[in-house]
Amino acid sequence: MNTDVYKESPVVHQPAFIDGHSVEIPILKVLQQDGNVYDGAELPVIDQESATKIYKTLAFHRALDERMVASQRQGRLSFYMTALGEEAASVGGAAGLKPQDMIMAQYREQGALMYRGFSLENFMNQMFSNEKDLGKGRQMPIHYGSRELNYMTISSPLATQIPQATGYAYGQKLQGLDAVTICYFGEGAASEGDFHAGLNMAAVHRAPVIFFCRNNGYAISTPADEQYAGNGIASRGVGYGIKTIRIDGNDILAVLKATQDARTYALAENKPVLIEAMSYRLGAHSTSDDPSGYRTREEEAKWQAHDPILRMKNWMLANKWWDEEQETTLFDKLREEILAAVKVAEIIDKPPVEDLITDVYDEPPTLLKAQLEELKLHIKKYPEAYPFTAGRIK
Amino acid sequence: MAQMNLLHAINNALVIAMTENERAVCFGEDVGHFGGVFRATSGLQEKFGKLRCFNTPLVEQGVIGFANGLAAQGSVPIAEIQFADYIFPAFDQIVNESAKFRYRSGNEFDVGNLTIRTPYGGGIAGGLYHSQSPEAYFAHTPGLKVVVPRNPYQAKGLLLASIRDKNPVIFFEPKRLYRASVGEVPTEDYQLPLGKAEVVTPGSDITLLAWGAQMEIIEKAAEMAATDGISCEIIDLRTILPWDIETVVNSVTKTGRLVVSQEAPLTAGFASEIAATIQKECFLHLESPIARICGMDTPYPLSLEKEYVADHLKVYEAIKHSINY
Repeated sequence: MNTDVYKESPVVHQPAFIDGHSVEIPILKVLQQDGNVYDGAELPVIDQESATKIYKTLAFHRALDERMVASQRQGRLSFYMTALGEEAASVGGAAGLKPQDMIMAQYREQGALMYRGFSLENFMNQMFSNEKDLGKGRQMPIHYGSRELNYMTISSPLATQIPQATGYAYGQKLQGLDAVTICYFGEGAASEGDFHAGLNMAAVHRAPVIFFCRNNGYAISTPADEQYAGNGIASRGVGYGIKTIRIDGNDILAVLKATQDARTYALAENKPVLIEAMSYRLGAHSTSDDPSGYRTREEEAKWQAHDPILRMKNWMLANKWWDEEQETTLFDKLREEILAAVKVAEIIDKPPVEDLITDVYDEPPTLLKAQLEELKLHIKKYPEAYPFTAGRIK
Repeated sequence: MAQMNLLHAINNALVIAMTENERAVCFGEDVGHFGGVFRATSGLQEKFGKLRCFNTPLVEQGVIGFANGLAAQGSVPIAEIQFADYIFPAFDQIVNESAKFRYRSGNEFDVGNLTIRTPYGGGIAGGLYHSQSPEAYFAHTPGLKVVVPRNPYQAKGLLLASIRDKNPVIFFEPKRLYRASVGEVPTEDYQLPLGKAEVVTPGSDITLLAWGAQMEIIEKAAEMAATDGISCEIIDLRTILPWDIETVVNSVTKTGRLVVSQEAPLTAGFASEIAATIQKECFLHLESPIARICGMDTPYPLSLEKEYVADHLKVYEAIKHSINY
């Protein structure tokens, strides 16, 4: 039993309410927008090779997002979500970890999966929900997942991955693995009960999990100041007894530094860490959203000036690790490859009708098999109404 | 063999499961040193250590969220929800997460190692928040298995099967029987099959079907009916989802009559699902309408519990009505 917290409190005899904003939370910045590092800034572990990998991942991210929004506008794709303006959070986070660390993301962290090496074909097959999709065409576009790459399949309900990440990390600890779990979520999802549950349990049961909040200012249309009244999400970490840091989320070096240090700490101490990365969702929430209904062009322009990819490029250029010719060649190549991959994936067959009943359980129960047989008979009767499957039923 | 009550049988199953697999972990509110409010996890922390048997903070959605993550990682979580009445904060984690984990990932990930234990049911003067039987909510969710034992022998064998099953299982424990139901239970390891009903007593005139604590009620009604010369075939469904249609169909095809009884309210309870399926499968064999004898469509009462419940007399009346139809 631990009731020492009361004994340690200084005793007063006049009411002393503590102000809700009395905890001051600094923000870590390493890299300036012009590509210069701040004086005295502590750099993450990074060299030309790893920096180039990170930068190429960011470029791929930007190119893919642009192409897929265009594809959705052309009616080729049902839905898409960009991470425009906040790509550093996911790519930098993954770069600060090891391949065996589990990534449990919300849905705007495809950059982490790109960094892990998920192929362009895999991205496309998922988005076009064809029969080659690892998820068997069951979830809307951008709900990626890969066991091989330790990237947990995305789930639409918000914040459910937070207590799950605590459990996952607890399991890693029980097995004594050299592995942690990183859990991404937004400042909006942090209002869900699962956020409280997950952070509190991680602190109490000492799980090596890195909670990574992308505070991008908006939950669809709801601005952060209508989401919470406290000092961001970071202040809550302190309340749960969790080591916490706030960083500039558009600063790839700050993201990398914080994640590297958090991993070391989480693993050595078997304790969670909370990182709050301040950023801005430059794009719409999704292709079904139109931000002009709730924010101004001026506000967006202000944040365009903080573009994380341009910031890293400036640093790469200053280090002479990158040049404009490489930049042009890379983006031309990416655009070409992505367009070609769209054309391939969009004509691959839908999954077979049998996939309707697999993976509900490890083995389909009797009733489910009977329902499938009944459906097949029906499809055979009206083949023109079910063109994707009718021709393939045995 | 040993004399065990239902709690001992569950505790014994947990000891076996945690001994055979060092990745099995038991947790929930008050589950640790105290051994749970009903003492089902008594002695586990002493035996297996605080890392494998522990108290959680008081947050059901956290308990199940944590359990989902542990299961996805490859551990074997056995999570306790202190009362089934308090499972609803975890409804999203169970219905949207546990049940869909494998399907939505195309089998990249699953939480098949997950077992959720929770005491359910009335008859303990628990009023509306310590008496509910919420199995039907979960039976409406593909991807889950829902299991309810009726006595200590069944509890041990079905719980071990649930823990080892490669799908998430909700294991509803009839808390009225925790200490009241005592019987011979093998001390060694054994399993009873999931998804299989059991014909407890063969009969020829009418089929009586129930699960969990309600089995006692229909058995008592069958004894009364026997004095009237009515032969009842008594079936324990045991697994609510996926349920054993075949065994029930075979029985009703033979008897031509069916009474289903459940503790939960009538409307949209699992008895309704059974009635719909059996009228389809056995339509030409039925001699009378299928009867559902259930709790009333109200919250679970306190002082009027006796009047509210589907007791043996209500089941007995339904049997007579069916026979005389």
